[in-house]
Amino acid sequence: MYPASFEYVRATSAQEAVDLLAQNADAKLLAGGHSLIPMMKLRLAQPAKLIDIGRIAEIRGICEKEGTLRIGSLTTHDTIANSELVRQKCSILAGAANKIGDPQVRNKGTIGGNIAHADPASDLPAVLVALGATVHMLGPNGPRSVAAGEFFTGLLETALEAGEILTEIEVPACCEDGSGCTYLKVEHPASGYAVCGAAAVVKMEDGSCVSASLCFNGITPTVFNAWPNGGPLVGGSADDATIAAAMAELSIDEPMGDIHASGEYRVALARAYGKRALIAARERSGG
Amino acid sequence: MSGVLGTSVKRREDPELITGRGKYTDDLTLPGMLHAAIVRSPHGHAKIRSIDIAAASAAPGVVAVYTGKDVIASGVGGVVPTGWLLPNLKTPAHPILATEKVRHVGDGVAVVVGEGRYQARDAAELVEVDYEPLDATVDAKGATAEGQPQIHEEAPNNVAFDWDLGDKAAADSAFEGAAHTVAVDLRNSRIIPFAIEPRAALASYDEASGLTLRMTSQNPHLHRLLMSLASLNLPEHRIRVIAPEVGGGFGSKIHHYPDEAIASWCAMQCGRPVKWAATRSETNATDAHGRDHVTHAEMALDGDGKILGLRVETYAAMGAYLSTFAPCVPTYLHGTLLSGQYDMPAIHIRVIGSFTNTAPVDAVRGAGRPEATYLVERLMDLAAIESGLDPTEVRRRNFVPADAFPYQTQVALAYDSGNYEVALDKALANSGYADLRSQQAERLASGGKLLGIGVCAYIEACGIAPSAVVGSLGAQAGLYESAKVRVHPTGTVTVFSGSSAHGQGHETTFAQIVADRLGVPMENVAVVEGDTDEVQFGMGTYGSRSAAVGGSAIAKSLDKIIAKGAKLAAHVLEVADTDLEFHDNQWSVKGSPDKSVAWGDVCLQAYLAHNMPADVEPGLEETTFYDPANFTYPFGAHIALVEIDRETGEIELLRYVAVDDCGEQINPMIVEGQVHGGIAYGIGQALWEEAVYDEHGQLLTSTLLDYALPKAHNLPSFELDHTITPCPHNPLGVKGIGEAGTIAAPVTIVNAVVDALRPFGVKHLDMPLTPEKIWRAMKNGEDV
Repeated sequence: MYPASFEYVRATSAQEAVDLLAQNADAKLLAGGHSLIPMMKLRLAQPAKLIDIGRIAEIRGICEKEGTLRIGSLTTHDTIANSELVRQKCSILAGAANKIGDPQVRNKGTIGGNIAHADPASDLPAVLVALGATVHMLGPNGPRSVAAGEFFTGLLETALEAGEILTEIEVPACCEDGSGCTYLKVEHPASGYAVCGAAAVVKMEDGSCVSASLCFNGITPTVFNAWPNGGPLVGGSADDATIAAAMAELSIDEPMGDIHASGEYRVALARAYGKRALIAARERSGG
Repeated sequence: MSGVLGTSVKRREDPELITGRGKYTDDLTLPGMLHAAIVRSPHGHAKIRSIDIAAASAAPGVVAVYTGKDVIASGVGGVVPTGWLLPNLKTPAHPILATEKVRHVGDGVAVVVGEGRYQARDAAELVEVDYEPLDATVDAKGATAEGQPQIHEEAPNNVAFDWDLGDKAAADSAFEGAAHTVAVDLRNSRIIPFAIEPRAALASYDEASGLTLRMTSQNPHLHRLLMSLASLNLPEHRIRVIAPEVGGGFGSKIHHYPDEAIASWCAMQCGRPVKWAATRSETNATDAHGRDHVTHAEMALDGDGKILGLRVETYAAMGAYLSTFAPCVPTYLHGTLLSGQYDMPAIHIRVIGSFTNTAPVDAVRGAGRPEATYLVERLMDLAAIESGLDPTEVRRRNFVPADAFPYQTQVALAYDSGNYEVALDKALANSGYADLRSQQAERLASGGKLLGIGVCAYIEACGIAPSAVVGSLGAQAGLYESAKVRVHPTGTVTVFSGSSAHGQGHETTFAQIVADRLGVPMENVAVVEGDTDEVQFGMGTYGSRSAAVGGSAIAKSLDKIIAKGAKLAAHVLEVADTDLEFHDNQWSVKGSPDKSVAWGDVCLQAYLAHNMPADVEPGLEETTFYDPANFTYPFGAHIALVEIDRETGEIELLRYVAVDDCGEQINPMIVEGQVHGGIAYGIGQALWEEAVYDEHGQLLTSTLLDYALPKAHNLPSFELDHTITPCPHNPLGVKGIGEAGTIAAPVTIVNAVVDALRPFGVKHLDMPLTPEKIWRAMKNGEDV
């Protein structure tokens, strides 16, 4: 657990971080350090330089603007988990943040670092995709944004390009528009990562399902979005039997497996926890 | 402080440890100290074609790079030995650095010594080893099949030993015409000991004083002895081994590993102190692992559920080399415990020890005894089903009755004492067992989550002794313990114990023994352990032996102190010493308590020596090497309640009820703490932990990302209770408690889960009981 040697520089603004990235092709950004440093200690990552963005105030913190929550990329999991604003307006995100790692990890790890690393068993990706969040970035050509659903592109891969820095995650205040949301997680017994994480957001109006999204962590190399095009609950009552039938039909190609849980079993977990998450989300919804 | 024995005094060692001031080996620094990084095999099995050290030698900060050939050329022994011999045991050499062949991932091939820790690690990556990979064999039983890769030329079919115990003919005949027979094929999973502190060694050498080695040791004298005899060949009096604070051992720090010999040898070569400290993944790949048994076991019973006989065949992995006490663990620490708490008229066990391309296997967390309890108590549950009896009833019918002690088992041991039914009854009452059974039936009928109730009645043998007996069984060591009690002129006391605590709390419990017996305040008692220069020869701490053997040695020395003090007091009082009694910190004439001499006066007189009796030497210091008459036999009954999700197979442990009998308790709080730790570890093996090797000998679980230790939030609050059946043959009546939980808990949990799955026709599942295994068992069971 001894990393190879590296240089270290601290950036004081997002723009300075972008400038430093442009000057150092082999550099990596260091935020909370809870994804990168373990990789460095195992020498799986050996960056020549670390650009420490951990103290840039402008990309840290949570506020509400025009019905959405704006979460700076350096905001820690603990801050999100304990934010009154997030708990009230997007409880699924606070709940998922609170399921990450242990208190030490949550105190240091950041939402930006977490999603930039894009571990398939991490807790936030499925939640952000299910919510329809938007990811904001800053690069040499200025700012740009992508939908969370397009941000996660593969195993440890994202739409973030070399030279870009994550600045903000924009999340709809789903708890205020009649949606119910739930994140359920089966913890890996060793790592605490998700063997299966099910994120459900269900909106009901007058007993009828207006929208339902269901995404999973831990099953496939990147977020598995069960219903990218609406899904079978929309337009119906989303009652338990319908949800159960929909989950019995759920099929996931090429699920991941390890010594603790095979792919086949993970799919079984996805069906069980997808059902439970959807039922809980429906019950929490205003409709 | 008379009366302090048996009270929950807070641990005196804790304030320093929990405020981060404790000094562990890796916290220590010596002037001019260098750092060693060991280059280890990435292959499970490979020939070494060549090793190129040029690039590493030229790297910044590198002082030296050595291979096994340098060790051989230096003329030292260069091998770590086996400390327990069995008939026809194959003992292939275990070089401290491999030269011809590597036999497991983590086998050392070279060492880099550098100015800085990072420099040594960086340079270690530059050592170029040309390996010719060989096929590997990793399964305890599979390795012995024809045509498997041969790990050592000296051991055909990778068989290290083929041992048996008991009367085979009697056991076989018990099965003929038995009303019931039950059988199980099981694997006792391989576990990593996982002390919080990885192993480490800091060696310094100079011609004047010889070698000083500070290391993570459970038994510094044993390490000194083995290094003197085998690995370094230094005269024993020129080696000082010190165990600073040691952060847990669980058996893993008993053994003599190559690493402390390498660090010492490097310090001698370089003429500067050398520190080696394992990383977590390094310690996981090289610490001796535990268990790894493949077992077939059968039990015969009569029509009333009385046991007639037990037959066991076990393949026990030894790993790539024989670790220090490896041959003893699956044989004498396992086969001898197979009678459990039961009157079994016939027992036979055969154990085949096999070499595998894995880390060595040795004593870990209960060592052999958990494996014995596991198979006996799995069979008892199967016997209950077969006989149509409740699991508690079949156990009750077979208990050695309370009036039958001492009880001679069919597997060598003679139980000195026990009262098994009382412990079981207490566990049943505390758990509300009958009520749990009705809840279970209701739950099953309702279609909700399944409930399972697991019962285990375990026995343990601690304080393995006496030395003459263990010697006849193959031990290359005695298993007594030493204690020197030094009373200072002012009446304060220093105890030098051959035990060596690494979390057990001896600074507190041993001081309680002294304070209680002498009537001095605890703060006037110092306990010294873990330094071969300060402490007379001792055997160290493992196998739950320190209270029973080490504590008894202290008690014996205290009695000698009191007896000598009586002679001095008698001289002053002008009476015979036999007319005196000692209590309340003074000697007084029996029947005339006003005629007395105080403790402090005697202590001072002993050293002033102005007025000594004719035949008494000055000074007040006594030493005992206490060799017990027998093992001690703790026992107990544990009950677990689990809940299983029918859809996913996930298990929730709802309750864990334990009744343990460790005899007299020196400090009930420490007893409780040890029980907690042991149960947590036992549950860990049952539900989560497993060291997994693939077919190439790659360890797939070398980090905490993959190796699942029990965590506090996965465990319920344990419901603990005890009975007290004092050990009849030691002066304190104590037996040992450190391993009770880790012996009882695995099978208690497995019995509970299998009990829950009975409706699915499940008879047995191997540990760890992952949710997926349960899910598959239920899926398969639906077809039953």
